[in-house]
Amino acid sequence: MSNKGYFGQWGGAFIPEVLFETFQELKEAFAEARQDEQFWREYVNLMSTYSCRPTPLTFAENLTRHFGGARIYIKREDLNHTGAHKANNVMGQGMLVKRMGKKRVIAETGAGQHGVATATMAAKFGFECTIYMGEEDIMRQRPNVFWMEKLGATVVTVTSGTRTLKDAINEAFRDWVTRMDDTHYVLGTVCGPHPFPEMVAWFQSIIGQEANRQIQEQFGALPDRVYACVGGGSNAMGIFQGFLDHPEVELVGVEAGGRGLDSGRHASRLAGTDGSAGVAQGYKTMFLQNDEGQMQDTHSVAAGLDYVGVSPILADLWEKGRVRFEAATDEEVMAALDLTMKKEGLIPALESSHAFVQAFKEVGDIETDKAVIINMSGRGDKDIFTIAHAFDDPSWKEFIIAKGDEYVAR
Amino acid sequence: MSLAEDIKQIQSKQDKKILLMTHIVLGYPSFEVNRGVVRQMVENGVDLIEMQIPFSEPMADGPVIVKANQDALENGTTVAQCLEFAAEITETYDIPFLFMTYYNILFKYGEEDFFKKAKKINIKGLIVPDMPPEEGETYFSRARKYELAPIMIFAPTSTNARMKNLAGYGDGFIYCVARKGVTGTQTSFDDEFNNYIGRCRQATDLPLAVGFGISAREDVDYLIGKADIAVIGTKTIKLVEKKGVDSVGLFIKGLRR
Repeated sequence: MSNKGYFGQWGGAFIPEVLFETFQELKEAFAEARQDEQFWREYVNLMSTYSCRPTPLTFAENLTRHFGGARIYIKREDLNHTGAHKANNVMGQGMLVKRMGKKRVIAETGAGQHGVATATMAAKFGFECTIYMGEEDIMRQRPNVFWMEKLGATVVTVTSGTRTLKDAINEAFRDWVTRMDDTHYVLGTVCGPHPFPEMVAWFQSIIGQEANRQIQEQFGALPDRVYACVGGGSNAMGIFQGFLDHPEVELVGVEAGGRGLDSGRHASRLAGTDGSAGVAQGYKTMFLQNDEGQMQDTHSVAAGLDYVGVSPILADLWEKGRVRFEAATDEEVMAALDLTMKKEGLIPALESSHAFVQAFKEVGDIETDKAVIINMSGRGDKDIFTIAHAFDDPSWKEFIIAKGDEYVAR
Repeated sequence: MSLAEDIKQIQSKQDKKILLMTHIVLGYPSFEVNRGVVRQMVENGVDLIEMQIPFSEPMADGPVIVKANQDALENGTTVAQCLEFAAEITETYDIPFLFMTYYNILFKYGEEDFFKKAKKINIKGLIVPDMPPEEGETYFSRARKYELAPIMIFAPTSTNARMKNLAGYGDGFIYCVARKGVTGTQTSFDDEFNNYIGRCRQATDLPLAVGFGISAREDVDYLIGKADIAVIGTKTIKLVEKKGVDSVGLFIKGLRR
């Protein structure tokens, strides 16, 4: 990476002047923390006492037998406190906020996981907290809004643009340019202006460090392939970093195929041919945009993958051929989720289920003495409303109607 | 003639204590309304106009201009139409016009092609808030090549050293953002502001334009002697929304004695 935050031709910091000094300060604080071995030790300690690190690597015996190919291992980021890998980044940035002496944090959220994680961190560290969330995502992920508010955060509904993640990011920046003195913006993924991609990737690298050690302990060798879903790309960057130096390990990023790559209703920036280079939200990457540079509406059953841009680090690894990109459709995701629940008793989040889809497509063709890892970035029980809706579950509907009647009657 | 020369000429020929720059969002609510608004502005003495090419992610703008960008795009406004309209306007009126937009619009059009086109249709300068000098190697060299003034932005958070550095890249004038935050909120003109504008003055010989939250004659009056150009942005958009195109002229006229 260059000192200006470029990965190949991707990245950079296209920021308004008013934030220039704030970014200088953040870059310095991050550089100091990175130099300080004690900081990383404290971070690991915090994650092992407040969250559930190291998260286990689970051998999926039944799925392995079902497909009859390589051994399937699942990295259990769902067992983090708040139910997803988002906690890694958020607690790390929280420690940085303390070092910088700021008192207030803001964040964008799509699926709500990053919002809940940030609200949790703010409660623990005693920060004031405001979360920006698109109106459409609030409709999809109401339970997370409930928890954010209960954890003491203010949730602001974003009604501009497409009312999803990218618009929440714009609103968070608008807040930040007004209150940069006391506020840190806890960006949730490996996107945005430098140093965010590098910084978030650093905090998430704990996933890959553990997974590399665990697979060698349990399987005795490195895996053939590693699968991770890619929205912004933070869980993928997290686990991939454990294997980047091993060219024999193939890294596979799985984007949201929505209704299919030909439908125009998806969020696949790198898989397929709809993405093109652009500069928005403070950085250069592959975006889903029209010929004139206006960002397009994206679609996915998984709110956390429903984003127009992708990590500049991943765009570089894609361009260099180090990471292969695929897409999973909404329909395939529901089938993979169903199979994983029935065979292993695990409930991956809709986002994470995208990685399962691609692994399931390929694993039967890989020799039985090889292994693959699927990064289960989050748990799915938080998606109960969306998942029940997607399964069109009759008894759940009856329950909701009855509950609604109960509230109306009061 | 370069933008800097234009400004000098306006300042010397006409006995104005301060110049006025106004802002429109192209295609909002329609090019027809844009046409009427520009006519009213020019006929009532506006000295420069910045025309914003709408973008789907206007990060540095406040709610009124964000909505105007969004509505313009929903109406089907394209960059091609904006360029065509701008050509018509610069042909019709003899004041300097600038483009304001975000970098992706130039990037997707092709940076070189965009500068070439803007020069051809007699645009005098560009305001691109997400283009800092650190990212602008080709942007600034092309601005020089095509003699389009790259308008640099100062903010209250900019240090003196940073201002000097920024000024080195700029031409035409410096856009001084009056306060932290986004467009469209009232600014309080106090000692802190005076101190800031003094720092801006120290950092550059270029004319100073002050924008963000300037909406009334008192604000413009206050800037006389401190700045060279007062920028009216959100206010006229709100005015057109509430009272229609014909209200703009009187408002503009009332901004200066």
